[in-house]
Amino acid sequence: MLQALDISPETIEQEKVYREMGLTDSEYTYITKVLGRKPNFTETGIFSVMWSEHCSYKTSKPLLKKFPTKAPHVLQGPGEGAGVIDIGDGQAVVFKIESHNHPSAVEPYQGAATGVGGIIRDVFSMGARPIALLNSLRFGNLTSSRVKYLFEGIVDGIAGYGNCVGVPTVGGEIQFDACYDGNPLVNAMCVGLIDQKDIKKGIAEGVGNTVIYAGAPTGRDGIHGATFASEDLSEDTDSKRPSVQVGDPFMEKLLIEACLEVIHSEALVGMQDMGAAGLTSSASEMASKAGTGLELNLDLVPQRELDMTPYELMLSESQERMLLVVKKGQEQEIIQVFEKYGLQAVAVGRVTEDKAFRLLHNGQVVADVPVDSLAEDAPVYHKPSNVPEYFDHFQNMDQYEPNVDNASEVLKALLQQPTIASKEWVYDQYDSMVQANTVVTPGSDAAVIRVRGTDKALAMTTDCNSRYMYLDPETGGKIAVAEAARNIVCSGGKPLALTDGLNFGNPDKPENFWQMEKSVDGMCAASRQLDTPVISGNVSLYNESSGKAIFPTPIVGMVGLIESLAHITPSFFQEAGDAIYVIGEASVEFGGSELQSMLEGEYFGKAPSIDLDVEARRQQQLLHAIQQGIIASAHDISEGGLAVALAESLFDKEFGCNVAVTNDLTVQLFSESQSRFLVSVKQQDRVTFEQMVEDVFYLGNVTIDGNYQITSEDKIVIKEPTQDLKGLWKGAIPCLLK
Amino acid sequence: MKFAVVVFPGSNCDRDMYYAVKDALGEEADFVWYQDANLANYDAILLPGGFSYGDYLRSGAIASTSHIMDQIKTEASNGTPILGVCNGFQVLLEAQLLPGAMLRNERLKFMCHQEGLIVQNNQTLFTSEYAALETITLPIAHGEGNYFCDDTTYQQLQSNNQIVFTYENNPNGSIGDIAGIVNKDGNVLGMMPHPERASDAILGSDDGIKLFQSIVNNWRETYVAGA
Repeated sequence: MLQALDISPETIEQEKVYREMGLTDSEYTYITKVLGRKPNFTETGIFSVMWSEHCSYKTSKPLLKKFPTKAPHVLQGPGEGAGVIDIGDGQAVVFKIESHNHPSAVEPYQGAATGVGGIIRDVFSMGARPIALLNSLRFGNLTSSRVKYLFEGIVDGIAGYGNCVGVPTVGGEIQFDACYDGNPLVNAMCVGLIDQKDIKKGIAEGVGNTVIYAGAPTGRDGIHGATFASEDLSEDTDSKRPSVQVGDPFMEKLLIEACLEVIHSEALVGMQDMGAAGLTSSASEMASKAGTGLELNLDLVPQRELDMTPYELMLSESQERMLLVVKKGQEQEIIQVFEKYGLQAVAVGRVTEDKAFRLLHNGQVVADVPVDSLAEDAPVYHKPSNVPEYFDHFQNMDQYEPNVDNASEVLKALLQQPTIASKEWVYDQYDSMVQANTVVTPGSDAAVIRVRGTDKALAMTTDCNSRYMYLDPETGGKIAVAEAARNIVCSGGKPLALTDGLNFGNPDKPENFWQMEKSVDGMCAASRQLDTPVISGNVSLYNESSGKAIFPTPIVGMVGLIESLAHITPSFFQEAGDAIYVIGEASVEFGGSELQSMLEGEYFGKAPSIDLDVEARRQQQLLHAIQQGIIASAHDISEGGLAVALAESLFDKEFGCNVAVTNDLTVQLFSESQSRFLVSVKQQDRVTFEQMVEDVFYLGNVTIDGNYQITSEDKIVIKEPTQDLKGLWKGAIPCLLK
Repeated sequence: MKFAVVVFPGSNCDRDMYYAVKDALGEEADFVWYQDANLANYDAILLPGGFSYGDYLRSGAIASTSHIMDQIKTEASNGTPILGVCNGFQVLLEAQLLPGAMLRNERLKFMCHQEGLIVQNNQTLFTSEYAALETITLPIAHGEGNYFCDDTTYQQLQSNNQIVFTYENNPNGSIGDIAGIVNKDGNVLGMMPHPERASDAILGSDDGIKLFQSIVNNWRETYVAGA
């Protein structure tokens, strides 16, 4: 283990100690060039975490640059704790998504809990009050006991942290596929609300100003977490348990209230949370952004363990800590606020002019490196990229068309697939209503939070169909953004912007890097077309276990603005007698579908195609119709196709439906063709609706009899009591966990 | 009428309680931080939900020993209306202002959703606006809401008409489906469901407003109408 402080710079070089910290030979050589000397042990550690993929984005940077990040309503794009969007009336919404995959694979409860804690801090470090949490989870098949353990532990961790800290968990999505067996994904998103005048940034301006450390004392947990997150998970991941942090949501709650109180003090200059790479990254980034330097006296850093070395203090990822820069002479004003909440707040350093990052310990300088070399000068790699063989093979296959004999049985089986089945078992464990603003709770297309004191509301969602991403990452990337926007529109909102949680395998493999490139290309195209710029995000690479990469999984977290509470639209049918329409036509598109997985046990062929012009037009027309008040309910058609969307629309009020479909029954019912919506309208609004929205097809009516009925060419092809279908759909996940 | 919303470290429904009183009722409310409390000037005291002190040790246990509880006990004996919701209820139990204790939910999971409740006693100063045996919908959000007491206590609760709310479909295993109880004097109510979250129809229910309205109306009758 890398404990000994006595390891000399010479030994580090000769015995290549830096490799154990995750640095390559060429990176080490580069460091010696930047410094003009050999780095000591602490400095080597500092460089290794700052230059890890997690902090420096050295592999993904060339791709991230492609994202559209600007629009008139973007107040803050990528680069701060979280992105900020103008929502009018002097208010703004702040949001970001972040992954905590590797820690959750090793220690599910704490891994997931601290993922939630970290993303909340990113939001309130901007000065915003966290108002909602969402998540996006991936697991292997719920048949193995290991996967069940991970599933229950991760959900428990999200609940344990979010419930205690008092931020409602309002939405999310979960997919189950074998590729995530050993490497689950846990992406957490936080949304905050702020008055624009209160926005704070993580900057260390003003030479002579004081650096204050606030919150939990530093321990030895999470040392090298950022590096751990930047490697493959191996067989001996249990040995990585010390790299997993331990969360304390009670401490976080106090920290939220204290920080939201100090933002109103003019003594506060900047604030940033200590996340990945702890004190190292927060301090050096704050100075780098301000063009200043920092000097920290590590002896003053609150510590909860004895004899911590500078290396440990700088690399610890202990949770619930913040770094503040405060005007010189006004420290007490800030410290008193933290003390009111029983939190430690200590002056530990000062802002300097010389752009150096200098650390003192026991009266000695233990590190002295140029600030910009840590935050700005990290190497950038342009990795080789190669089209995987499977892709060409899939593209050349004939369209797969499943053979369905009994539509009723197929529907029932689909409703019980864990990816489609009700997630009530999960979200019932989350406090989704605290703060008393949740208008649409989990289980709908998008969650809706009202903005208290206004007539506005915010719609929010997370989306990504990883199966399409695998078959065709560029098309899948477009679909991920489009589907998120579709969900926002269905709830009555105008999509504003997105945050991306990019989860991929080992980028050193050219096939994996190709997936990254293409995914990003697809997302860029869709976010341009739909006018939803990327304002924040996170990259998690090396998601592999036993040498196999996960499906490319770039999660899209999106927020939209609902201009009036009257526009909030439910995703399920409202009244018997209402007319049911589908917007958009289905074609033979079953590659990556739930039905393909169910019948064939694997995914192959082409992903469903998407035309972004059509997508944008339909979204605009539907939103307009919603704002005109003629849509009773709207639901996007996704996994399982129209048949599943119909069932989901009936469950809440246990209505029936009488729907007639033509042509190829299997295609009409189960195809996953894109850019489609299932809507219901009042009978008297049918004419207006048909004039307002193109590509609409009348299917039939909502009925009071409680029977899900579909006819084709005058023959009944499905007739099942809605209650029975609902029972299967609701019972599937609890049943698998028994 | 002036309400005190007591804030402990870790309370997280304090703002919800505050807005229910201010916005839905149009009455006065102040946040009262547990350390600098002077409760003598308030007409009613609200103990909000959350995770006071992280609910480390036992739900509500640490908060129940803080100094402010001495004032709350004094106000309780003076007849001031005191409402504890969720964690607030747990604090009242730990402080022995109400009898019984909380266990973890039967299924050992936190749960959050709307529940149907039956108003068993509409003769209290918290429930007079409800009809007898009225069925209402309020959200629950708790991991330890499985109310427990011994047989003798349960019989006393019944014979004194102290059981104020019961669940229609018991979600957590509470004895006698109990969702809320009042003290013998009738001025201290503890309940697990959240009336403050049901203060606006857009949130799924506004059945909680009548509870706060009852407090206000009874106070007005006693202190204002008679004057």
